[in-house]
Amino acid sequence: MAATAVLRVVEREARVFRHLWRGSVFSNFLAPVLFLGAMGLGLGGLIDDGAGELPGGLDYLTFVTPGLLAATAMQGAASESLWPVMAGTKWIRTYHGMVATPLSATDVFVGHVVWAGVRAAVAATAFLAVAAALGGVPSAWGVVALPAAVLTATAFAAPLAAFAGTQDTDVSFPVIMRLGVMPLFLFSGTFFPVAQLPGAVQPVAWISPLWHGVELCRAATTGSGMAPIVAAGHVAALGACAAAGCWWGSRTFGRRLTQ
Amino acid sequence: MQGGSPLIHARSLTKRFGDFVAVDGIDFEVHRGETFGFLGPNGAGKSSTMRMIGCVSPISAGTLRILGMDPVTDGPAIRSRLGVVPQEDTLDTELTVWDNLVIYGRYFGLTRAEIRERATELLAFARLEERARDRVDPLSGGMKRRLTIARALINRPELLLLDEPTTGLDPQARHLLWERLYRLKREGVTQVITTHYMDEAEQLCDRLVIMDRARIVAEGSPRQLIERHATRDVVELRFTTHDEQDAAAEALSATAGGAGAEVEPLPDRILLYTGDGDGTVAAVTGNGVQPSSVLVRRSTLEDVFLRLTGRTLEDE
Repeated sequence: MAATAVLRVVEREARVFRHLWRGSVFSNFLAPVLFLGAMGLGLGGLIDDGAGELPGGLDYLTFVTPGLLAATAMQGAASESLWPVMAGTKWIRTYHGMVATPLSATDVFVGHVVWAGVRAAVAATAFLAVAAALGGVPSAWGVVALPAAVLTATAFAAPLAAFAGTQDTDVSFPVIMRLGVMPLFLFSGTFFPVAQLPGAVQPVAWISPLWHGVELCRAATTGSGMAPIVAAGHVAALGACAAAGCWWGSRTFGRRLTQ
Repeated sequence: MQGGSPLIHARSLTKRFGDFVAVDGIDFEVHRGETFGFLGPNGAGKSSTMRMIGCVSPISAGTLRILGMDPVTDGPAIRSRLGVVPQEDTLDTELTVWDNLVIYGRYFGLTRAEIRERATELLAFARLEERARDRVDPLSGGMKRRLTIARALINRPELLLLDEPTTGLDPQARHLLWERLYRLKREGVTQVITTHYMDEAEQLCDRLVIMDRARIVAEGSPRQLIERHATRDVVELRFTTHDEQDAAAEALSATAGGAGAEVEPLPDRILLYTGDGDGTVAAVTGNGVQPSSVLVRRSTLEDVFLRLTGRTLEDE
């Protein structure tokens, strides 16, 4: 794997994106902003008038903003790493054209993951700007939520793209989205604190990569002063997912493209 | 350096997928400037061989050197000097014709200025100038094929690999493509082609091998192969009924040997391989065989091919 080779793959993804960006504006920007309005402002108005029991005494908009930020990064990375990978390996076979050049299967894979990070950065920047304008980002530390969102995206993009590289059809992809990504979206501390879950279920939330991403983003946007050791633990958990996914993906892409 | 070392050198080249042997210890060499063909029925091992040459499929056993290098250690360096036209198009269908060329050039690390110059030339070469700004998806099969070839030339390759370049194209598109490939040959680009079209092999290849069941069964120029493995002429006899044909086949196998011909009965006709077609026809009809139609023609590569690889369909 060479850095310049990976960049060439990213450049290709960017050029494809130039033609297709309109379709992703809804799922990666408008949808989370609508959620922010409905949940943060609408539902939040009800919640804040009541008990106001959120940890740190946060208002609901401030609480839900980092949750939506991380969850959107996850969802964008997940859908980007399933069907488009199948298009590259089976449907349009563009990846096969790429490995006929000096690029290797690992370059193609890592390029995909890096691009997922770039896309997440763009989407997260736009979302954070809107959320900040609405008053959902009280701390200047909120800028740090950007790399946290990018890390969250790669933690999902790498293993899911690696998995997609093993598949001959897309039948399993909707199952992954509905039974994997959707429950994580709902129960990873995105919309309510994990402490609200029944005690037996809480450890399940802790192994969710999204929970680590949400915790990091929330510490950043609220400026809550998370202990460095805790932050390092979250970063390590997400980094481990991304690294394991890259190791697996260079193998599955290698088998698929160069056997 | 006399004659130059071969661009491709393969000894006992083998490819296995589990227990299945796709390529079974083949030897061949391709020299600079020549157009070399792999002919064979589906499943003969042509594409597996091409993928090994293209350094996208590791060899299972034997020796393979491309441009003097070993694909195991120098894969990217070799691929940077190859152009590959795969059996199935791998174009970026959402992108424009122009962007496909640009992106592919970037994979080879070319600068944007180099790519602009080269892509302009290649669009003219592929007769796609007017479609430069169009998306690839709606282009015809022939246009996509020409774009794939243009794309494979973006790095000015020394060796061009074409895996069934004209399969699925109409005759006009095929002839245009052949003309372009011939032009490349004149420019000195070494080409390796797989095909199961005999006319394509005769048109394009200086030298070829016929593969069957993972092995090379014959090698030579098209003319040499015909001389070696077929007779000069072929007589085709057709009959109105099956019974007549069966009776004729029986009579011929008893007597045609005397006319110097080899008899091959097929379901719809009888073939006689002979050095003298007209003489054989005279001898046969003199013997009382009355076909409904008689055709005397020169042997083609197709006769060689069918005799060497058999007439039965091999659908795995």
